[in-house]
Amino acid sequence: MSNRMIKTLKRLAAAALFAPALAFGAAASVHLDRAPVSTDPASLQHGAKLFVNYCLNCHSASFVRYNKLTEIGLSEDQIVDNLMFTGERVGDLMTIAMRPKESKSWFGATPPDLSLIARQRNSAAGSGADWIYTYLRQFYRDPSRPTGWNNLVFENVGMPHVLWQLQGEQVREGDTLKLVKPGLMTTQEYDKAVADLVSFLVWMGEPVAEKRHTIGIWVLVFLVVFTGLAYLLKKNYWKDIH
Amino acid sequence: MSVEQEMDSSRRNLLVATSVVGGAGAVAAAVPFVASLTPSDRAKAAGAPVVADISQLAPGEMMTVEWRGKPVWILRRTPEMLAAIEKSDSKVSDPESKRPMQPPYAQNKYRSIKEEYLVAVGICTHLGCSPSEKFRTGAESGLGADWPGGFLCPCHGSQFDLAGRVYSSMPAPDNLEVPPHMYLSDTTILVGEDKA
Amino acid sequence: MTTKSQALLNWIDERFPLTSTYKAHLSEYYAPKNFNFWYFFGSLALLVLVIQIVTGIFLVMHYKPDASLNASGIPVAFASVEYIMREVPGGWLIRYMHSTGASAFFIVVYLHMFRALLYGSYRKPRELLWIFGVLIFLCLMAEAFMGYLLPWGQMSFWGAQVIINLFSAIPVIGPDLSTVIRGDFVIGDATLNRFFALHVIAVPLVLLGLVAAHLIALHEVGSNNPDGVEIKKKKDANGVPLDGIPFHPYYTIKDIVGVGVFLFFFSIVVFFYPEGGGYFLEYNNFIPSDPLKTPPHIAPVWYFTPYYSVLRAVTYPLFGIDAKFWGVVAMGAAVVILFFLPWLDRSPVKSIRYRGPIYKIALAIFIVSFFVLGYLGVLDPTPGRTLAAQICSVLYFAFFLLMPWYTKIDKCKPEPERVTFK
Repeated sequence: MSNRMIKTLKRLAAAALFAPALAFGAAASVHLDRAPVSTDPASLQHGAKLFVNYCLNCHSASFVRYNKLTEIGLSEDQIVDNLMFTGERVGDLMTIAMRPKESKSWFGATPPDLSLIARQRNSAAGSGADWIYTYLRQFYRDPSRPTGWNNLVFENVGMPHVLWQLQGEQVREGDTLKLVKPGLMTTQEYDKAVADLVSFLVWMGEPVAEKRHTIGIWVLVFLVVFTGLAYLLKKNYWKDIH
Repeated sequence: MSVEQEMDSSRRNLLVATSVVGGAGAVAAAVPFVASLTPSDRAKAAGAPVVADISQLAPGEMMTVEWRGKPVWILRRTPEMLAAIEKSDSKVSDPESKRPMQPPYAQNKYRSIKEEYLVAVGICTHLGCSPSEKFRTGAESGLGADWPGGFLCPCHGSQFDLAGRVYSSMPAPDNLEVPPHMYLSDTTILVGEDKA
Repeated sequence: MTTKSQALLNWIDERFPLTSTYKAHLSEYYAPKNFNFWYFFGSLALLVLVIQIVTGIFLVMHYKPDASLNASGIPVAFASVEYIMREVPGGWLIRYMHSTGASAFFIVVYLHMFRALLYGSYRKPRELLWIFGVLIFLCLMAEAFMGYLLPWGQMSFWGAQVIINLFSAIPVIGPDLSTVIRGDFVIGDATLNRFFALHVIAVPLVLLGLVAAHLIALHEVGSNNPDGVEIKKKKDANGVPLDGIPFHPYYTIKDIVGVGVFLFFFSIVVFFYPEGGGYFLEYNNFIPSDPLKTPPHIAPVWYFTPYYSVLRAVTYPLFGIDAKFWGVVAMGAAVVILFFLPWLDRSPVKSIRYRGPIYKIALAIFIVSFFVLGYLGVLDPTPGRTLAAQICSVLYFAFFLLMPWYTKIDKCKPEPERVTFK
């Protein structure tokens, strides 16, 4: 067989194998806004405050200890004074008093633990942070729901719009939302607050992330140096081999 | 080829350099593994200092708090109890608390920060039983007419005075341990930490 | 060496074959001098095995195989993994090394096997070496499957549910077999605990035994090389192969360079992309397992997807038995057929360098099919995708089943007498 024939055969084979690829369609998915995630301590502390005040009543964060928040720049005293309301100790886990079975019967579904929510909600449509950021800004008034609220990202969600006082009230018009009653914050302020909360949730998902990156750089630098030396050593020994 | 060959210097240098760098890397790689053996956040939280409220403790009374799984006694000593301590000086094996069973601020006559309050781990230094209170003095206690008050361990009979010092010729070798502690206020003691 | 250390060595050598083993397997074990890139992956596989064992030991110090719910309603096993990630000093790193190591193991092993296909390393007299290798591959798949259940996330639970239910498709004994594997009527604590025992001790012991056998078999016949030439055929006056070089120091040092490069890429993943885009640590597995709620997309971990595609490609019942069963048979056959490779290949030459164009095209089609099957395995089935999987499955099997024919008729070039450096 000539080289040209072989090449053509190869191309045909590849085409035949990839033709079915055209039958693949992308799954329709909700559009998610890009979440402005920050690792800045001020953002994270603001997010922590929002979390403790608005979320921690129904959602636990049972993998995170209160004193872990010293890693976002708070002292233990600040944590106890500003973020702890129910008499636990600063080394305790952020659990809640509500029992899963009861909350399931009250809300239809147990409000999930939020320690890992940012890692769970990753998908092809966007990161977990994107999902939460979009979700918290797309509640709208829906009288047909038991809570009076619905959500464009999570249809028929059992959670009410906990932050409604800050955002105000939106209604649905087709596939978009319109703010009909302003809240305590402007749209910009609310988006920033949600961004801080999302940043905090991302941090809670993996508090060691920033340290991981820093150590990683050093490990890579070390490996380049070590492999370089090992390569020189190899070349030295192998110069005798032909 | 002979077993020991002349190695040219560049090869030797490279060997040494690579080995040293590689060795350093191996040590660094071992660090997280060894670190994982040390107490975790959960262990540290469980072993965290405990706040004891002594506002309700009457003279002569003793309360117990749990710290790191151990009973810690807080005894509010009466003036008679304090006087009795001096009388046992000659009968205890380590009257000046020279052995390291207490922090520096408890290495004194009464083995405490404030005279009135004894803070001690209620575990016999012999084999770990918890001694019983024997605060009644004299023959009533069953420990002889001279008994000035203290503690008796039921397991092997070791006796301790009201400063937690062990009597001589007892199975227990040491005075009761005084844990690190500090006064947060006149009515609260933090057991387990002294911000030294 | 000082006389003291020489005396100690003599004392040991009189009682234990230390120096003779060192000579036979390192300093006087001769390997072909023309090893190329594809020859790094054997030692890398050994490295990853060590990484998995060491990280595994330290994980087991903190992990709890308990499916019951803790006070917050979260399964204890799942919570223990998060405990390792957050509260055990350095635990996050040990965990990420183990999860990345699992995927790295398969990448390395697939490349290692591909080398064998390139250079005919399974050919006589290395058939048994190849068989031990395929057995290692099977054990590795079992080990990975059982290990994946342990974090007890949604993907762990439902992936295991699907795969164990496959066994129930076997006629007559199926349902009972599945129950015996599970230890219960549904996947639960019994399953978790036995998979823990198998994953931590049983399969690793078998793996270590097989790896030892694999290396012993290798050293018995000596390594193949990119030219497929048997270096033992041409020896010098001392019995040393002309094209051989002592494994130590040449390949010990060269393999260290390979280790350095491997660890570089490994560390990029561990420190910067531990989730591997959702392929190494799947997003759904950060959700604690819920027996009442199936996640919308269940896919096996990426390294199983080619075989999963073959399984799903079989859609026709036969002889009155469900397609489900024949899918299992096909999936099993896709792995088992590897055992027969040494006898399917009838080419007069070993290495692809001297084979004719037919084998090269066949191998290319095989590799492309394997990748396409793998890709299809992560997606939900549609009629178009199922057809593609069926075509690729046929091509996959054709590579092996037609091999006795096309390797015979292929126009090969003459194999050289001595190795070449290409």
